[in-house]
Amino acid sequence: MAAKKTTSKSNASADELKSYYHDMLLIRRFEEKAGQLYGMGLIGGFCHLYIGQEAVVVGLEAAAKEGDKRITTYRDHGHMLACGMDPNGVMAELTGREGGYSRGKGGSMHMFSTDKHFYGGHGIVGANVPLGAGLAFSDKYKGNDNVTFTYFGDGAANQGQVYETFNMAALWELPVIFVIENNQYAMGTSQKRSTSSPDIYTRGAAFGIPGEAVDGMDVLAVRDAGKKAVAHCRSGKGPYILEIKTYRYRGHSMSDPAKYRTREEVQKMRDEKDAIEHVRDLLLTGKHATEDDLKAIDKEIKKIVNASAEFAKESPEPDPKELWTDIYTDEAPQDAA
Amino acid sequence: MSIEILMPALSPTMEEGTLAKWLVKEGDTVASGDILAEIETDKATMEFEAVDEGTIGKILIEAGTEGVKVNTAIAVLLEDGESADDIGKADAAPAASPEPATQSSATVPAAAKAAEPAAPQPDRTPDWPEGTETTKQTVREALNAAMAEEMRSTEEVFIMGEEVAEYQGAYKITQNLLQEFGAKRVIDTPITEHGFAGIGVGAALGGLRPIVEFMTWNFAMQAIDQIINSAAKTLYMSGGQMGCPIVFRGPNGAAARVGAQHSQDYAAWYAQIPGLKVVQPYSASDAKGLLKSAIRDPNPVVFLENEILYGKSFDVPVMDDFTVPFGKARIWREGTDVTIVSFGIGMTYALEAADKLAEDGISAEVIDLRTLRPLDYDTVIASVMKTNRCVTVEEGWPVASIGNHISATLMERAFDYLDAPVINCTGKDVPMPYAANLEKLALTSTAEVIDAVRQVTYR
Repeated sequence: MAAKKTTSKSNASADELKSYYHDMLLIRRFEEKAGQLYGMGLIGGFCHLYIGQEAVVVGLEAAAKEGDKRITTYRDHGHMLACGMDPNGVMAELTGREGGYSRGKGGSMHMFSTDKHFYGGHGIVGANVPLGAGLAFSDKYKGNDNVTFTYFGDGAANQGQVYETFNMAALWELPVIFVIENNQYAMGTSQKRSTSSPDIYTRGAAFGIPGEAVDGMDVLAVRDAGKKAVAHCRSGKGPYILEIKTYRYRGHSMSDPAKYRTREEVQKMRDEKDAIEHVRDLLLTGKHATEDDLKAIDKEIKKIVNASAEFAKESPEPDPKELWTDIYTDEAPQDAA
Repeated sequence: MSIEILMPALSPTMEEGTLAKWLVKEGDTVASGDILAEIETDKATMEFEAVDEGTIGKILIEAGTEGVKVNTAIAVLLEDGESADDIGKADAAPAASPEPATQSSATVPAAAKAAEPAAPQPDRTPDWPEGTETTKQTVREALNAAMAEEMRSTEEVFIMGEEVAEYQGAYKITQNLLQEFGAKRVIDTPITEHGFAGIGVGAALGGLRPIVEFMTWNFAMQAIDQIINSAAKTLYMSGGQMGCPIVFRGPNGAAARVGAQHSQDYAAWYAQIPGLKVVQPYSASDAKGLLKSAIRDPNPVVFLENEILYGKSFDVPVMDDFTVPFGKARIWREGTDVTIVSFGIGMTYALEAADKLAEDGISAEVIDLRTLRPLDYDTVIASVMKTNRCVTVEEGWPVASIGNHISATLMERAFDYLDAPVINCTGKDVPMPYAANLEKLALTSTAEVIDAVRQVTYR
């Protein structure tokens, strides 16, 4: 059973590094803006920000091909942006407007895109894990070589249905990558206080599923581990587990009292391990980009994010008639494959 | 231009809060993510972080101030090149307060509007054309044939569940499907309802048309989150993008002497869920025609069978492709004195009671709902407008039952036509006992239906 920790010593081209920098920064700035709109009362309910974890989705998207699927839980904005969904549509869904991906009927935790093969956005911890295996089942049944990235957290890793799914995914050799985004806290309960063994990636061993731990603050390490997992799945060898050690800078949701960890702990991660700073360093020290190049990227992203906020404010609320639509479909469903 | 820092809403319910403590002072430079202040919300004390970078130009609300309304300006942030003197010169726009959500007058579905009661005109076309040849078939054979036919015509249809393949089905409903369609399409699962229901839903979202068999619906309680939260709601939550064409099926309700955990009728549970279609057939022709419709339906369907009915024989039309549409009740016998409404195994009591009542000159009209969602209100209402009396029959518990719902609908839509209160015959409000005599008492019965009819007809 593979059980080792991946650290990256891999190379990336200037263009690749710039694109990772761009995509991670887009997520961070988008999330900061979402937090601000929440504070202004424009976003309601639950809102779970992805700040700190950006390297996970950006690294794994770099290992994906067209046709691959992704599904996650409720901390989902980063996944949507990383797979190419339109920031305007995502932000307008956060504000509950007609221009949102679900026309305002899903909200932060429930967004989908058939075009981008993004299957949500699920609010029930752990419930997306069998769904992800089911998506992989559909690809295997159809005989294509797509894989499904099934993301969940260290908290969800304690749900029983995760292990029911591991068993069947291994038994039926489903092309699914179980991505455990271990940000060390299940809401406010640290992994130490909730999880009997520290290495979640070893939990597939009982089912014969290989797993490895990955430094989730290093986008290149994530990408390389992702490529390895994808190759395993695509070649028909069945599921693979990646436990990606990451860190969430913000609270679990917007109403998080931040009493379960110290401010110093958060600050230390931001100062020493930040994934975006890491790529920034690589770009500058490797002379792949100048400060001015990066400033131009920052500026472009600020524009995209501000535009998404404007769009999300200006898009009208859904028509009251929308209350009664989309409960049943009478057309044949689109085949998303 | 300087930026106003506004009092944030830090919880879904917060309207105002206490600015407990400033962690920056005027003149400090701040970067995005720096903690500016501690704010006490209705839930907890929380840290408030900067979004924009700049210099704190002025603090507008002192630490310790209580009752600061959300969106009040609490400080001013200066951007590069600005000084505190610039504050106020800039057009001090008032804090943009978010527009309140408009109280939209939601459209009420037409059925709920208490309009003038007009007799509905339900669709009364027969299930199959007159003169069609029929054959005797058990409910078990009919269900099996329905699946085999649909699997022959559509490659995306497959069945998964416990013992559906090599064992040939715990109740033999899937007999010979493995032999005909192979292990790729007839899949034995481990005993893991929660997991395989979820995998089924995922496969449906991925474009397949799964049939998920629960050995009995009692075990589906392990999987009910996937049925309701994942299958029923995804179309709505995705704004219509992602449908879930899946059939969950298996025996439902009491069998015989299997005790409390294996004897429960889930009709009323699932009938409550928007996004699901719920079917509970009684006869073999309905079992066949409705299951074929269920497999073709682009929505998630809960298909509730009954173990005791599996071996019962009925006339089934000999047709190439026989289907029964959802939302169309069947009138099994016409009558003038009372309407008996039932579904599933409740129909055995309803029809037996009607036979016996006829001997005493009471003419009962017996309606089989067949599908509970959509429910054929029109057929029930048109019948009650004629008979002016109604008794409902089901095996489920009495609280929040299907009968309760029919009664309420009759009050709303046919109140003036009722000559007696509607009586609901249901299972008793107890867990199912094991002892033979107690089990009999816990179920409803033909005798109870007859008593109820005598009460509403005052005869």
